[in-house]
Amino acid sequence: MANRREFLKASVRLGVASALAGALPGISFAAAPGNRPFVVVILRGALDGLSAVPPYSDPAYRDARGPIAIAPPGDPRGALDLDGFFALHPAMPLMHERWMAKELLVVHATASAYRERSHFDGQNVLENGGDRPSGSASGWLNRTLGSLAGRGVDGLALGQNVPLILRGPVPVGSWAPSHLPEVEPELIARLRDLYSNDRTLAGRLDEASRMETLADDQSTMADGMGDAPGNAKAGPRAGGAERLKLIAETAGRMIGAPQGPRIAVFDAGGWDTHAGEGGGEGQLAGRLGGLDQVLDALRRGLDNEWSRTAVLVCTEFGRTVQVNGTRGTDHGTGAAAFLLGGAVRGGRILADWPGLSEKQRYEGRDLRPTTDLRAVAKGVLRDHLGLADRALVDVFPGSDAVKPVRDLIRA
Amino acid sequence: MRVDISAQAAIAASRFGFGARPGELRNLASDPRGALLAQVQSLYRVPAELAGLSSGSDILATFLAARAERAAERKAAARNAASGAPEEAARVADGVRKQILPHYLAQASARTRIAVTSDAAFRERLVHFWSNHFAVSVDKAICLGTAGALENEAIRPRVNGPFVDLLLAVETHPAMITYLDNQRSTGPNSELGVRAARRFAAGGKAKLGINENLAREILELHTLGVDGGYTQTDVTTFAAVLSGWSIGGGEGRHADGAPGAFVFRPALHEPGGKTILGKRYTEDGMGQGQAVLRDLAAQPATAQHLATKLARHFVADEPPPELVERLTKAYLGSGGQLTAVYAALVSWDGAWRPEPHKFKQPHEFVYSALRSLDVLPVDAKALIAPFETLGQRHWSPGSPAGWPDRQADWDGADALMKRIEWSVALADRIGDSRPALGTADASLGSLLSSHTRKALESAASGSQAVALLLMSPEFQRR
Repeated sequence: MANRREFLKASVRLGVASALAGALPGISFAAAPGNRPFVVVILRGALDGLSAVPPYSDPAYRDARGPIAIAPPGDPRGALDLDGFFALHPAMPLMHERWMAKELLVVHATASAYRERSHFDGQNVLENGGDRPSGSASGWLNRTLGSLAGRGVDGLALGQNVPLILRGPVPVGSWAPSHLPEVEPELIARLRDLYSNDRTLAGRLDEASRMETLADDQSTMADGMGDAPGNAKAGPRAGGAERLKLIAETAGRMIGAPQGPRIAVFDAGGWDTHAGEGGGEGQLAGRLGGLDQVLDALRRGLDNEWSRTAVLVCTEFGRTVQVNGTRGTDHGTGAAAFLLGGAVRGGRILADWPGLSEKQRYEGRDLRPTTDLRAVAKGVLRDHLGLADRALVDVFPGSDAVKPVRDLIRA
Repeated sequence: MRVDISAQAAIAASRFGFGARPGELRNLASDPRGALLAQVQSLYRVPAELAGLSSGSDILATFLAARAERAAERKAAARNAASGAPEEAARVADGVRKQILPHYLAQASARTRIAVTSDAAFRERLVHFWSNHFAVSVDKAICLGTAGALENEAIRPRVNGPFVDLLLAVETHPAMITYLDNQRSTGPNSELGVRAARRFAAGGKAKLGINENLAREILELHTLGVDGGYTQTDVTTFAAVLSGWSIGGGEGRHADGAPGAFVFRPALHEPGGKTILGKRYTEDGMGQGQAVLRDLAAQPATAQHLATKLARHFVADEPPPELVERLTKAYLGSGGQLTAVYAALVSWDGAWRPEPHKFKQPHEFVYSALRSLDVLPVDAKALIAPFETLGQRHWSPGSPAGWPDRQADWDGADALMKRIEWSVALADRIGDSRPALGTADASLGSLLSSHTRKALESAASGSQAVALLLMSPEFQRR
């Protein structure tokens, strides 16, 4: 793993962060709720919630799932029991530890406002926070930052670019490890001058410099013309569990640093399991095992800040209840989501379970959504970050009727 | 509109091509629009860089054989040792990958070489555009060696023909069949489907059935577009139409047929007539799916969808409605002839305004940098390293929607820093061998601003001037 060195270097330098300590020097934000870390993890491709969190006691589960059903708790490669009805996929032992520590809340049969089955529209709705795929160029996390203006809270995308959920009028940083030499400050100054007539590039350059300071990555690895890419791991969007794990741990340190960005997002792809999905082992099990480790790496990176952190793990929609003809599942509706962190009142399932029998399903095929994912997000924004009810409606337009879920966050 | 011929040549090269090579602006200057159209009207010749590449079906056959062999090894290993299964699975996956990776490296480096040296870069950009429209992503293991083959075999020869030919070639290419999981999709009333149901009733393992992935993405991404007026029932029915579209040399009952090649398997095909978008299709077998694809290609929603994407790619993130309408009309009026659509695009004056509205994607930036400096790394790995560094490995968008085509998807702060780092490394490597001002004039012509010119003139060194040129606002945009 060629990049390990940079990660380690990056991680020891994170305490500096002087460039971000501007807003109100001398005042500690430690007690302000708006200053608590909040991380959103987007699983692109539609995670199969019925495998991630199998409702093993539902009478229709085994039949509907056939060859990909997860074995019940107690069996070899059996699921890890949660409450006697639901269990966690066996590839997620670290998340099960969070459950036992009452730091993991599982949301099931949940969905955004979107009811069609296009990944790309579904992701747009999940990220823009509205009820339509198009029409909003900003994401709900950026509007959240807008509501927190003046409280010294910054946003960070883990990856080179910023996903829709964090795009908008509030400038945000992005960060991914680099294997190229750091650029001389003298050249940065010249570029700043070169961009004096270009507001976009000038703004990006400023953000990039701030994040460089935070994650001061002074690598002297081979330059881009000579490095070996053939065996390089896929980028964050494409998966690559080992790489993601290292990014997550470093990200945890960045987020937890004094004056570090408190609102962060990263995404992971590869969840679109149409064929050969597998059960306790196989394709999806591999992905979930990676996710399990990535989330735990984030926890380790956050260290003491973990106790003040909430992480929302979500996906654009669920998958069909019935296994399809190629031992996979097709695009569905109701999904599972996770809320975890030291600040979360975990060890609980949040689900108004609709059942899996054919007549209980949405349009006869999908898990019926009974919990609006926006209600969960609004509950976190209100009780974790201290957003006022008014602000919640700006963050999730047209969601007046969607009431924030109470008691998600420890008092 | 004031027509500045030097600006027009530079626009032809950077907005429609992959950036000017030394001398290219001079060649384009007499007739920039005509020069572009000539590229798509001339006969297709296989680029020399592609000589020696294995065919997609041969590569897929290699993959299938390697996978089967490794699976057998794994079973044997599992019998011998109860523990260590996950490590073993990872080792097996790595072993298969090792056999396929050289094919990927050869394809990706050939693609880079063509893009950097081509004197028909508009055509080359169109190859990339359609390859991304019909995206197959190499992060799915079975596609590592076939995504490039799809581009070279199905797309490259057909970017200037009727769209329907391109569509039929892509949807019957083994790369697309396997990327979107269609090879085992089985009609419940097909010969195999009925047998499996009977076995299932008698306590057998599983029923066989439809996989709707390919059908949905053809409708949503390749033809009508997400708002194109189809329903979930259309998706499911279309999936039944496409059942039996498979590949040879699979496992078990799918073993026959030329390994890795497209085959139609009548035994998997759902029999009978079917209705899609209100029209009844009574053809037998594979002809049914081909008939549906032909009709989809002729739909106004398809024309509108393709016109929007082309206009967005060449002109602006939010494409001018006037241009979308113009391209839609050209498509429908010509029976879906792509050259007619390109002609409508190139002849639209609004596409030739000097202000750039497109922020270059990483691959566009790298190609244009290497073209302007006339540099071509020699070995395969060095040829494709920049794309990995800047976040756009060849054929790896991670989803069938392809790479996004708007500035906000590419202009993250860290993405900009990576471009700076890469530009500095490249400039350091070539040293003072390419004077920045001369390169700027040959690449951007009169699009070079006086502000940037001053910055280049006052740079601390020749190589710093080159880095500044590559990172200048006018070089980052097109």
